[in-house]
Amino acid sequence: MSITIATSLDLKGLSCPLPIIKTAKAMKGLAPGELLEAFATDPGSVSDFKAWAQTTGNPLVESGEEGGVFHFVLKKKEM
Amino acid sequence: MADEVVILGGGVGGTIVANLIAKESNGRAHVTVVDSSGIHVYQPGFLYVAVGLENPAALHRPESRLLRRDVNLVIDRATRVDPAEHTVFMEWGRPLRYDQLVLATGSRTMLQEVPGGQEAHDFYTMEGAKRLFKALRSFQRGTIVIGVAGIPYKCPPAPVEFAFLLDDYLRSRGIRGHTQIKLLSPLNRAFTIEATSKLVQPILAERDIELTGFFNVESVDTVAQTVTSLEGETVGYDLLVLVPPHRGQQVIEDSGLGDDRGWVPVDKNTLKHTRFEHIWAIGDTTDIPISKSGSVAHYEATVAAAEIVATVKGEEPPAHVYDGKVMCFLETGQGKATTIQFDYDHPPVSPTPARRWHWAKALFNKTYWHTVPQGRLP
Repeated sequence: MSITIATSLDLKGLSCPLPIIKTAKAMKGLAPGELLEAFATDPGSVSDFKAWAQTTGNPLVESGEEGGVFHFVLKKKEM
Repeated sequence: MADEVVILGGGVGGTIVANLIAKESNGRAHVTVVDSSGIHVYQPGFLYVAVGLENPAALHRPESRLLRRDVNLVIDRATRVDPAEHTVFMEWGRPLRYDQLVLATGSRTMLQEVPGGQEAHDFYTMEGAKRLFKALRSFQRGTIVIGVAGIPYKCPPAPVEFAFLLDDYLRSRGIRGHTQIKLLSPLNRAFTIEATSKLVQPILAERDIELTGFFNVESVDTVAQTVTSLEGETVGYDLLVLVPPHRGQQVIEDSGLGDDRGWVPVDKNTLKHTRFEHIWAIGDTTDIPISKSGSVAHYEATVAAAEIVATVKGEEPPAHVYDGKVMCFLETGQGKATTIQFDYDHPPVSPTPARRWHWAKALFNKTYWHTVPQGRLP
């Protein structure tokens, strides 16, 4: 199954807590099951995205780092 | 001939810059401060006004008394800057031409941007703080909710400090047993800084202040008395205190000098505008992702002043640049406080809350008028 990303966010250069707040805003506009990807450079975003996903129930389906850029894929939870 | 140095804003940053340039430039600069009210306000005091610990009248003085005699003060509202023509236009007076311009206009609060938020309380303006204290005095029982409705905002630890001071206040009135305090945080901790959050979270729990994480206030329902987050959660309140959304001043937006929220893009070390020559910005005014606080405005003011003094004297720019230094006090209630210090290269550190930090903050607040605006503190 191919994965389609509904929204992509470039959060590079932003510092805590802006990446997670911009992500929360963008997630609001997604339909259940849709995916959002985000790219950030703030190292604090790794723990913030993980905790945000756990707290809000929107699963963090992918995360990783390449050349100092962290990427995350979140799935909008079913209602 | 002396350079015309124009400074927009007579707050902490603008006043220090003006006094330092006038003092150090050996007559090579003619310094003008433009301020719409002509009244210098000590904003860190609002927090104390909100809980009845400070007299509002003690928090303002005429700007003219804080500026050196050789600094010219124009009490008028700057409406537009034309960077090509090196000119600032005024609401009433004649336009001012500048050779070097400092934007120290600070931020404004925008509760009206929050749907339903206009009636919420806040302690980010003098009027808001006075109105909040009035509401608290008649508060008898129920839930007080403290939420954050936008990032960035002035003084990141302020909501936490307010929660602690509110706890003290309600205890002093003997009604803490009938009241709940709920602190809604944009992150999964008390506020942005992790080390300090770890230090204060056990104290919040000890004082029975309920912390809800990842709650970014989106809207308020004043009929149902509920506040809803971007994340979709809803919390009921009897009294709502919001940290309002902030943005840069109208003159910045109307002059095209800032981003879409009116924050001015500057080099994070030299504080020079990234697009326009001969323009600096300091304090809340900039888009640097660092605390919007008086201490930052203070440290940045000394850097901008040294650069402008070197420019007007035709000297090499000074070696010292802004290193991201921030210093804050954080009241933890019951007469104790801690501090937060960091810069671009050093993560924040906070000592265990103690009485001496509370007294240091109180002393700083009292001596401010005789030391800081004059540039007497480094």
